[in-house]
Amino acid sequence: MNSEASKKQPTYYEEIRLKGYSRRDFMKFASMMAAFMGLESSAIGQVVKALETNSRVPVIWMHFQECTCCSESFIRSSHPIVADILLDMISLDYSETLMAASGVQAEAALKNTLEKYKGKYILCVEGSVPVAADGVYCMIGGKTSLQVLHEVAEGAAAVIAWGSCASNGCVQSAKPNPTSATPIHKLLKGIPVIKVPGCPPIGEVMAGVIVHYLTFGKIPELDRIGRPKAFYSKRVHDSCYRRPFYDAGLFVETFDDENAKKGYCLYKVGCKGPSTYNACGVMRWNEGTSFPIQSGHPCIGCSEENFWDNGRMYERASAFSGFGIEADADKWGKVALGVTAAAVAGHAIATNITKYKKIHELEAEGKEGEKDVIS
Amino acid sequence: MATKYLHIPRLRRIYVWELPVRLYHWLNVLAIIVLVATGFYIANPLALMSQKEAANAFTMGWVRFLHFTAAYIFFFNFLFRIYWGFVGNKYANWKQFIPTSKRFFKEIWSVIRMDILFQKNRPGQREHLSIGHNALAGLTYFFVFLLFLVQCLTGFGLYAAMSDWWLPQLFAWVPAFFGGDIVMRQVHHWAMWLFILFTVIHVYLVFYHDYVEGRGEISSMGGGWKFIEEEFFEKEKPHTPNPHKP
Repeated sequence: MNSEASKKQPTYYEEIRLKGYSRRDFMKFASMMAAFMGLESSAIGQVVKALETNSRVPVIWMHFQECTCCSESFIRSSHPIVADILLDMISLDYSETLMAASGVQAEAALKNTLEKYKGKYILCVEGSVPVAADGVYCMIGGKTSLQVLHEVAEGAAAVIAWGSCASNGCVQSAKPNPTSATPIHKLLKGIPVIKVPGCPPIGEVMAGVIVHYLTFGKIPELDRIGRPKAFYSKRVHDSCYRRPFYDAGLFVETFDDENAKKGYCLYKVGCKGPSTYNACGVMRWNEGTSFPIQSGHPCIGCSEENFWDNGRMYERASAFSGFGIEADADKWGKVALGVTAAAVAGHAIATNITKYKKIHELEAEGKEGEKDVIS
Repeated sequence: MATKYLHIPRLRRIYVWELPVRLYHWLNVLAIIVLVATGFYIANPLALMSQKEAANAFTMGWVRFLHFTAAYIFFFNFLFRIYWGFVGNKYANWKQFIPTSKRFFKEIWSVIRMDILFQKNRPGQREHLSIGHNALAGLTYFFVFLLFLVQCLTGFGLYAAMSDWWLPQLFAWVPAFFGGDIVMRQVHHWAMWLFILFTVIHVYLVFYHDYVEGRGEISSMGGGWKFIEEEFFEKEKPHTPNPHKP
């Protein structure tokens, strides 16, 4: 990134070679990353050059209200270099889960990075921040997570919100949200936040976001709710291998029926794939092994806003929150239709009673006219 | 016998609904029927038992195709109706739908009093009888137009993800506004029920007005004519807001 730092620090490429990877391994990694980011083949050279010339960007990885599944996903991304170099190198500065230091040393390392790399480090946040009761629901080293967040975000070059907790609050912000768990973009004003939602997000997507920043020195293009377009512009539905069954109208009715065995579409058992933007169908998890739909489970829409409050996971029917757990739009619609029909019938009866005279007049008038017609 | 109060008025034929308005109305009817029927199917498809390979069937695909085609017709028809609200006759004018005068509200109250509360006329008090829409119906249609708008926004908002054409892309901001596709398709589904409820009340009231007024309400959307009592013109001007006169 700059000459002073690169003298002190080896480049990414040098780190990779030191770890025992060959040039070929490195080139494979660069090609794979370029492909994941949706770049054309000419961009592989750019990725290679960036990793060869840039010294590592310090990364601070904060954990707040979360389950660490994002970290787990990240270290299982398909290329070992991701875990060995990106995570190993970047997380050394500060990561509650993976750093070697602890206690006073860890805090000192954090403080050191904050001061030394002010304006240069990437801040990764895993987890939401509880703001209720002055933030006492999540405290680290005697500070509330909100204080910690503001402290570390101040000098960050970019902020990445890992996972649904940091991006949209996830399960802890589901109604009634007792701790007021808040996604970080609502707490950081004036700093661009890259949202990488998912529970967890895909490891390759996480690596791709970081490599994009390293290669181009700026944050990737984001969609309207702040997710990198390269990974979140298509619906899970659009890349789903069960899509032909959807178009054919062949659906799993229950999880144990014949259709489920045949691998039909999971739409009717609540699949949120048609309304969820993510790259699951293309990248998959655990070195590209599988993703929920491939395992016979409907998509739960984890990369969408407020996904825990978006209705039931195993039904298409839309839940009317606050109107009883079993009520959905169609049930209320039918009730409303019944009430309307009854009101209409009541009105018709009342009309015939109260407007009897008028209706009778019209009828008599018509009959009078009819008499004048010569048959 | 009824003859003691029988009074036979002369009727004047009034051209109320112009041909474009009638075409709009029936095209809208057709589009809404198709949209509701296919919409129910898309929300909860039938359990098909097919021996066909998926590659040889396209049931859901065809239903969705119909839904999207009808949606485009509905959308452009809606746009046309808004345009006609500025160039059509006084009964089609936008002032029929948006209250711009005190008289509009007075007539709404009068309609409620007569048709919903079934109050008897006090001596000398005239009935609310209007020629085009009555004021309450006009205001209701204004809210129905807002419902059309919500349905177009959410529908094309959902559709934007499947299309590269600039028109649906104009609606690509809608999902973020509603907080994602999942919530938006629920709004789209709930709003559909309002169409159904509106249809029930609308069809009933057309029969009601024909029945108690004897002016050819039902057939007016066929030929465009209503038959208005001659004395109605003699006594006072029509209560319909007239945009062409200040």
